[in-house]
Parts: sequence; C-alpha cells; structure tokens
Amino acid sequence: MQIKIKKASHISEAEVTPKHLFMNRRHFIQASAAAGALGSILPPGKAAAGMKLPGITQTAYGNGLEQTKYEDVTSYNNFYEFGTGKSDPANNAQNFQTKPWQVSIEGAVAKPGVVDFDDLIKPHKLEERIYRFRCVEAWSMVVPWVGIPLADVIKRFEPTSKAKYVAFETLVDPERMPGQKRAILNWPYVEGLRMDEAMNPLALLAVGLYGEELPGQNGAPIRLVVPWKYGFKSIKSIVAIRFVEKMPPTTWNMSASSEYGFYSNVNPEVSHPRWSQAKERVIGQGYFSAKKETLKFNGYAEEVASLYSGMDLAKYY
Amino acid sequence: MKRETAIRRVAKPVIFAVCLIPLAWIALRAIVIGDLGANPVETVNRFLGDWAMRLLIVTLMVSPLVHLSGSSIPVRFRRMLGLFAFFYATLHIANYVVADQFFNWADIWADIVKRNFITIGMLTFIILLALAVTSPKAMIKRLGGKRWRRLHQTVYIAAIGSVFHYIMMIKADFLIAGTHGAVLAGLLIYRVIRRMQKPERAENTRRRTPRPLVA
Repeated sequence: MQIKIKKASHISEAEVTPKHLFMNRRHFIQASAAAGALGSILPPGKAAAGMKLPGITQTAYGNGLEQTKYEDVTSYNNFYEFGTGKSDPANNAQNFQTKPWQVSIEGAVAKPGVVDFDDLIKPHKLEERIYRFRCVEAWSMVVPWVGIPLADVIKRFEPTSKAKYVAFETLVDPERMPGQKRAILNWPYVEGLRMDEAMNPLALLAVGLYGEELPGQNGAPIRLVVPWKYGFKSIKSIVAIRFVEKMPPTTWNMSASSEYGFYSNVNPEVSHPRWSQAKERVIGQGYFSAKKETLKFNGYAEEVASLYSGMDLAKYY
Repeated sequence: MKRETAIRRVAKPVIFAVCLIPLAWIALRAIVIGDLGANPVETVNRFLGDWAMRLLIVTLMVSPLVHLSGSSIPVRFRRMLGLFAFFYATLHIANYVVADQFFNWADIWADIVKRNFITIGMLTFIILLALAVTSPKAMIKRLGGKRWRRLHQTVYIAAIGSVFHYIMMIKADFLIAGTHGAVLAGLLIYRVIRRMQKPERAENTRRRTPRPLVA
C-alpha cells in the first residue's frame, strides 16, 4: 500500500482562506494600525453607523417638519459608488472603512494641506439641522443632519481672492466602493459650488444624521448638504476640497449636460427634459399617498433666492 | 389525442401558473414580507414594467423555438404568453395611474404628451391592447388571416417600444436594460437572417396557415 504524505504546498483549494476574508483581515489590520498611529479618538473598524455623536447643538432649522424615518433615510439611497439600485448602497456600504479619513484642502487658499477628519471637525460645534432633501428624480425626504457650517470650515483655510468656486471630490477606491468597478459615471464623483453659494449659512458639511455618525450609504464620514439644490449636488464621502478660479466640472453635468446643470437648484418651473419637477413623492408615506407640490429652491427661497437675482433660472438650470 | 390532453391539461396550466409567479412574488413582498422599501410605488412600477417587457420578449422566443426544435408545440402557448405580457403591462399602467398619479388626468396627459419615454410606453400599450382584443381565434376569421397577421406583426414594434421606454428612463446604468435589448435584438436578427436564407419557405408558411404570432 502506498502512503501519500502531503507537502505543505499541496494544500487543497478548500483549505485556503477565501480571498475576501483574507482581504478583510488585511484591511482591518491596516486600518487599526493607521488609526492607532494617528491617535484617532474613535475606535477603528467599520463605518460605525449607530455611534452617537457627542455635544450636538440643536438649531431652529426645520422645526415642525415631519422627519423621514431613519430606516428609510438609510435604505433608499442614490450612491452609485456602491451600486445603482436604491438598496445597493445600504447593502454594499456596511463594512465601508472610514477610519482613518483625510481631506485634502487645495488650490487658492492660504492654508492648504491634508487634514485628518478629526482635525477638520474638532474646532467646530456640531449642529443638528433638519433639512428638506429633494432628489432630481422627483422624490423627497426630511433629514435631521448633524454637521458644521461649510462657511466656517472654508474661512479657516483662508481662501484667496482667486477662489471663485469650491470643488469637491469623492473617494475613488473600487475595492471599498464596488460600484466604481464599472465606469457608470466618470469617477471620481466631483461637484462644485460658487463661492457665495458655499458661504451661504445653509450649506452644511454633514458628519451624521439622527444624532449618529453617517452610515456609509449616506456618505460617511463627511458629505456636503445643500438643501436648496437637487440631491446629487450634495456630494458624499469627500476626500478633497479645492478652491478654484473657474467653474469646476461636475459629474452629472459631464454625464448629461442637457439634463443636469452646474446650479441644479430645485425648481418646479423648470422640468428635467425627461420628467416634470413640479411635484415630488414624499418617501415613507406609503403606497397610497398623493405627491406633494415642489417648492422653489426646495422651500429655501428666503435664504438663497438673492444668490441668483437677475439670472435666468431656465437657462442656468 | 394523448398529446393533446397533455398540452391542455398539464402544459398550459403549468405555464399559466409560472406566468403568475411574478405577481404572486410582488404580492407576497407587499403583504407578507413587507420589503417594497421606502418608495413602494416605484418598486411596484419597475417590477411590473420589467415583467411586461420580459414576457413580451419571451413571446418572441416561440417562433425561433419552433424552427430550431422542429416541433410546433410551443406555438400552442404563444397566445397565453402574449396575453400575460399584456396583463403585466396593464397592471404597470394601473399602478402608474392609481398609485403614482392618483387619477390626476391632467398630469397624466401632460406626461404622455411631453415625456418621450411615457409617449412611447403608452403607444406600446395601445398596440398590446389591440393585439389582446384580437387574440381570440374568432377574430382571425373576422379580420381575415392576412389582415390579422399584419396587425399581429406590430408585436415587434411593441417589443422594441417596451425596451426603448425602459432605456429612455435610465439616468446612467444601462446594464439590465441593455441585456434585455440585446436578447430582443438577437431575436429580431434571427428572423431577418432566416427570412434572407429561406425566402420561399417563409412565403409558403405564410400563405398556408395564418398562425397566431403572438396573442
């Protein structure tokens, strides 16, 4: 009888650690080490959705608005970096690593540099603001965001007189953002605001919702919220903020310029070429519910209409 | 006679039941599982539209199946498949009229006139309606084989219309719509090639028996 003694290299397929487990482990070790080295105040690991944010100041923004359920806000998302289906982001962003996270401040500023997430946020007071959120697809939510005014952050880095626009950029990492494995959009996702829009008190850099850290599907760890514009302007998972002289390119505008303009202010009078923007479906109202009339500037005309005085909003859509 | 019994008593009821699975599934999700999500109107709308389009494409698979298998049996199920495509298209539109627009006829009319993808969707539905109405065997006699057949050839327009209706609504990701479009294109190309290869046989078949093409 022949006795076979296996060599160590003759390991069977089944005994090899599956690649995804191996990769996860590597990510975990890398993330832990990096987080430790940077002395992050928060524990390492996955995007800790559900972690309470401390010291939130309440504001009067959105008092009286009926908030969309947490479950709906975190399960119905357009975030193509994690897939194009509405539930794809919630499914695919569960283990999205956001610690450590850095944001690069670039361009026409006196104090450029790469800033750690905690250092970006720490000097500011977290505020809760309840904002209407209107998607270009004609649905809407009301979200209690937690964040810091964008204007306060911008002032810290001291933009020069050449800073006419602010450009934002989302992370590119197809391993962590599996939707980026296909060129559905021109990655990285980029967005931009005119400087006066960015300095408007309504513009928020959100780091949480419902008093908790942002879940991955909602743009963890830091995203823009500009409630008077269609949702796609509120860029998620930001890794770069760039101050520029010329109007920066924006992703959906590059994808279909006749449908998505740079401004993309919510406007019931200006239709999307393929559908009306006059009404919106309010998320969470159930199967038998009427649509609601969309408000100009999503109901924030008082705060922002003056930014566009004299502009033809049908031309500058 | 035995084969006839098998078709009538077994195969037809089985295919009928299979065609009802999507409806049963969405009903189960709505009532029992409760996972229609944050926007149930949209979920139901997409689901029903997908299945109307899909069954229309399946209906167009019958002829190639007959040619390739050499058996005429699949033709016996074609009307049922076509009527199920119409059935899901009807539910799709009912969902749009009732749940999405809530009988707001002014908005519905504005959509049909102004929005190209809805215009095409409605034209597609009108074709399917005409085919469904003329689907009983008695209608072949009433219209005359030639006219009936010509009318039912508009199923190709309806199938192309349904895929365009879908593609024209999409913002960026064309993968699923494109897959359906590719299958439909394959079925149409198959017919063109077949016609070019055997023009005589195609002619003869047409003269001999006006077989129901779809419904």
